[in-house]
Amino acid sequence: MGFLSAVAVITHREVLRYMRDRIRIATSFFQPIMFLLIFGGGLRNVMASRDFPVDYMQFIFPGIIALNVMGVAIFSSLSTVWDREFGFLKEILAAPVPRSAIALGKASGAAIIASAQAFLLLLLAPLVGIRFGFVQVLELSVFMVLLAFAVSGLGLVIASRMKSMESFGIVMQVLVFPMFYLSGSFFPLTDVPLWMTVVSRIDPLTYGVDAFRSILLGDDMSPAIAGAMIAHPLYINALCLLGISCVLLAAAVRGFRRY
Amino acid sequence: MNVIEVDSLTKTFGEITAVAGISFSVNQGEIFGFLGPNGAGKSTTISMLSTLLAPTSGRASVAGFDVATQRDAVRKNIGLVFQDPSLDDRLTAEENLRFHARLYQVPRDEYRRRMEEVLHLVDLWDRKDGLIRTFSGGMKRRLEIARGLIHYPKVLFLDEPTLGLDPQTRAHLWEYVLRLKQERGMTIFMTTHYMNEAEYCDRIAVIDRGKIVALDTPANLKASLGGDVIRMQSQTPDALKAELESRYGKDVKMEDGSVYFEVDNGGAFLPALLKDLETSVDGVELRKPTLEDVFLRITGHAIRSEDSSGKEWARSLMRAGRGRRG
Repeated sequence: MGFLSAVAVITHREVLRYMRDRIRIATSFFQPIMFLLIFGGGLRNVMASRDFPVDYMQFIFPGIIALNVMGVAIFSSLSTVWDREFGFLKEILAAPVPRSAIALGKASGAAIIASAQAFLLLLLAPLVGIRFGFVQVLELSVFMVLLAFAVSGLGLVIASRMKSMESFGIVMQVLVFPMFYLSGSFFPLTDVPLWMTVVSRIDPLTYGVDAFRSILLGDDMSPAIAGAMIAHPLYINALCLLGISCVLLAAAVRGFRRY
Repeated sequence: MNVIEVDSLTKTFGEITAVAGISFSVNQGEIFGFLGPNGAGKSTTISMLSTLLAPTSGRASVAGFDVATQRDAVRKNIGLVFQDPSLDDRLTAEENLRFHARLYQVPRDEYRRRMEEVLHLVDLWDRKDGLIRTFSGGMKRRLEIARGLIHYPKVLFLDEPTLGLDPQTRAHLWEYVLRLKQERGMTIFMTTHYMNEAEYCDRIAVIDRGKIVALDTPANLKASLGGDVIRMQSQTPDALKAELESRYGKDVKMEDGSVYFEVDNGGAFLPALLKDLETSVDGVELRKPTLEDVFLRITGHAIRSEDSSGKEWARSLMRAGRGRRG
């Protein structure tokens, strides 16, 4: 009882804070839409003339959703460092609350915010010719939550060891952007150098992008095309994301336990 | 019964010892003050007693629970008002209180009543729906006190509670604190480097460079200085000091170009002194000893002295602490 209500309080606070920050809501749509318009718009015809079997805008759309989930989740979890600098983290750490509830509450907050925002972005799907039904929405939400948990786990591991927001830029450059580029958002990972295959396997985003792509585009693909575009069945993606989330969240709890 | 028991509590940050084996105990319902300059180890001690920092060695218990091994039990029984604000500035005053109450498991049906009570106590009832980012420093501090009280802690820790507050707010705040002690029998542990604030405490531990150098009631501490303090200003303070020492055998201290010494009966001593002195004097002040004098006497330097090595020491300590404490 105490544990769950503590998780609920911290989650609630994350969501409330997010809703109060209109600028953050507006700007977090900017990057995904920019990627969609610039890369999608710029490469669509080139790819079509080179026999790329899927409309390129449609191809990168799942990656854009994943990018949005990751962006929101990493920002929410790294904002813990902000809390530390501005003191509020002390209030939470001084409270009679298990450290695991703090990490889990932060991650749940990020998952709710990230999924809500990703659903808003999903409204753009018909514009690039992607149609989906109720079952897809359910499947998508499961993977959005899983992906958000995995990414916030990573963010919290970093946040529990990061002393100031100054390192934020470095984390974005050396971790977050490579994670995005290696996730299979822009090109299929079925025909890439071995090192890239290896690295992409430990990138949680890979499994999110693969799942989103299979849910949104899989039904319209012939088996041959799907074989080249989609790496894993959904359940494998789900298990991998779940595994990564558990490992990272456990590490995050350890990080907070030092206080 | 002792609400706080501290035995040889020590905290080191690498090479630097922030708290050097202090021992003391605090009674139920007492206002206990830690008086000392910045960097003396006051905040480090509060952090250890409130479970935010693990002691390097020694033991401490709060409300009967060990601060190292029974952290959650300690946390439930204490309220904390930090030196730096720790409110969520994007939430309203009421939301900050509500989240706190839920983290401390205040029953929901109790919450409404207590929230009203503590907000009235700190005069913020009519601002309960205001966002924290629109609050002044004084309002934030008052709200933090309200928040620290809403779960009815046995011990309230106040770390420099009036730092940066205007005199009026400061006076108000002391009214609340004294009322809490009287009406609730709450134990209050506070740190300060303001001498006049320390006067409100039932007992004071004077702390300097990580050690407790004196511990008594404010009245006893002042009485230990003997009668009165005479302060004199002169163009030639060194000559004045030398003359006072050789003629009267006084223990004379210098501070900011003035000289200080203690006498048993200042009123009778002063006329004779002024008649006999050869060094010229610009100004004379006769007063009862303050805690500032006590501090100067015990430690040999003033609590906010600019040039003492204590300040350098405090700085290096703060640097070390910032790097490691996290």
